Amino acid sequence: MSTSAIIMMLIAMTILWGGLAVSIWNLNRSRGEEPGAVQRDL
Amino acid sequence: MSSTIEHSEDDRGAFSSRKVFILAAIGSAVGLGNIWRFPYVAYENGGGAFLIPYLVALLTAGLPFLLLDYGLGHRYRGSAPLAFRRVHRSAEGLGWWQVAICFVIAVYYAAVIAWAARYAFFSFDKAWGDDPEGFLFGSYLQAGDPGIGLDFVSGVTVPLVLVWVAVLGIMALGVQKGIGAVAMIFIPILFIAFIALVVVALTLDGASAGLDALFTPDWGALGETSVWIAAFGQIFFSLSVGFGIMITYASYVGRRSDMTGSGLVVGFANSGFELLAGIGVFAALGFMATAAGTSVDEVATDGLGLAFIAFPAIINEAPAGALIGVLFFGSLVVAGVTSLVSVIEVVISAVRDKFEMTRIGASMAVGVPAALTSIILLGTTTGVYVLDIIDHFINRFGILVVAVASMLALSWVFRKTSLLREHLNRDGSVHIGRWWQWLIGLVAPAALTFILVSEFINNLEEPYEGYPTWMLNTLGWGLAVAVILLGFLAARMPWRDNTFLGDPEIHAQQDERSS
Repeated sequence: MSTSAIIMMLIAMTILWGGLAVSIWNLNRSRGEEPGAVQRDL
Repeated sequence: MSSTIEHSEDDRGAFSSRKVFILAAIGSAVGLGNIWRFPYVAYENGGGAFLIPYLVALLTAGLPFLLLDYGLGHRYRGSAPLAFRRVHRSAEGLGWWQVAICFVIAVYYAAVIAWAARYAFFSFDKAWGDDPEGFLFGSYLQAGDPGIGLDFVSGVTVPLVLVWVAVLGIMALGVQKGIGAVAMIFIPILFIAFIALVVVALTLDGASAGLDALFTPDWGALGETSVWIAAFGQIFFSLSVGFGIMITYASYVGRRSDMTGSGLVVGFANSGFELLAGIGVFAALGFMATAAGTSVDEVATDGLGLAFIAFPAIINEAPAGALIGVLFFGSLVVAGVTSLVSVIEVVISAVRDKFEMTRIGASMAVGVPAALTSIILLGTTTGVYVLDIIDHFINRFGILVVAVASMLALSWVFRKTSLLREHLNRDGSVHIGRWWQWLIGLVAPAALTFILVSEFINNLEEPYEGYPTWMLNTLGWGLAVAVILLGFLAARMPWRDNTFLGDPEIHAQQDERSS
């Protein structure tokens, strides 16, 4: 692989997978309110 | 009045937690397009440089539109027609338009899942032999001349029936026990299976040539309008936004959930999976090119050609061919089923809300006609042509048009984006500013309109794939117009007397204050 291809692959991984990791971390940090119970679904 | 709303919410069903909702939303967003469309779109439009327009499209159109759907469903707590009806009486037709589109998509999407399921089994003995293309259109699909016929192909019909039986079973189980449970089981399996596929693909000879082709940046491509159109189109089509799915799913989440934080997870999970798919697919294509002594450019393709012609050729040559086949086609089936479930749920949820039907009743009322239409149209020797035309037109002149219409209507006619922004910010971990309203009201519709006009001109100048005019006029243009007419006709049907048509959030807040 060329150097430019390796660099772009690493940048893409860092932004997209790193963005996913950060967004999961952010969501876990602010848990918010969960529904009390599973509502019935007739 | 409040007891009516609570009763209605109890009956509709709900996800048991935010985690289940997020997995279900990821299941909907991650579909066949992530696996077979993104890699080629990226490769064709600048390679590594495509990352820049892709990210711009994700941040300026994809995520903002996703949050609009979330805000609408979460605030108004209903299926697409009910949510739009609660926005304004004259907006309901937009919701039914989305419902009609989802019905059409479900009809043909099931067929691709059936093909993929069959190909997973073909992988064991490489049933396609040395000529995967001849096998696909000849022995397997038995494709005749373009048209609409009733010569059924058992190899397609039987798995198609099984797909529908499975999907209807899931839908009948309900929001949590059906859709939620499937997402909790299938999404981890999908990610694990695809990671395993990528690992195997990376060990093949020539994998680095494929990755080199995919990621080498062509910076000159950034100056081409078509590359930016491709980026916005890819983001829009892969996120499952604009046709009711995310509205419906968001209505099943607890009232005080963090919707902006959830939206970021879903958006990045979808794009993260696309990157994974790009690596896996191009590593495999690099192997194929090396084995054939040619360049990646000669073997790179997308869509049905990638899945059912290129991958069988790769499986023929690869050391662990059967394993690659099972992982690849198994991933297609899993990604397809979780998306199909979300598409058909838009219709079922709308029917339940409008007619106050039970879950099983609505699932059968929607699912049986959809399954029969699917089997009759797609289980035959002409099914591949029907699928190709409907998919092409309903994506462009169905989803794109309704998405632009919804954004413009909510922004400029009903002026609800400010209210929805406040709603999303109330419990959201990521606060969105006024810029979001401009992205929704101006930037995203402008980008999508540009794509739409360009596609419209292309399709007028050159009839799609040279199909007979009558087929394009009925299954293509005709169907795109029919979903609009059906949508606004359905909106004329009266709601049941006990269906609450006001803003449920206002009533919930009044209840909180009075208690």
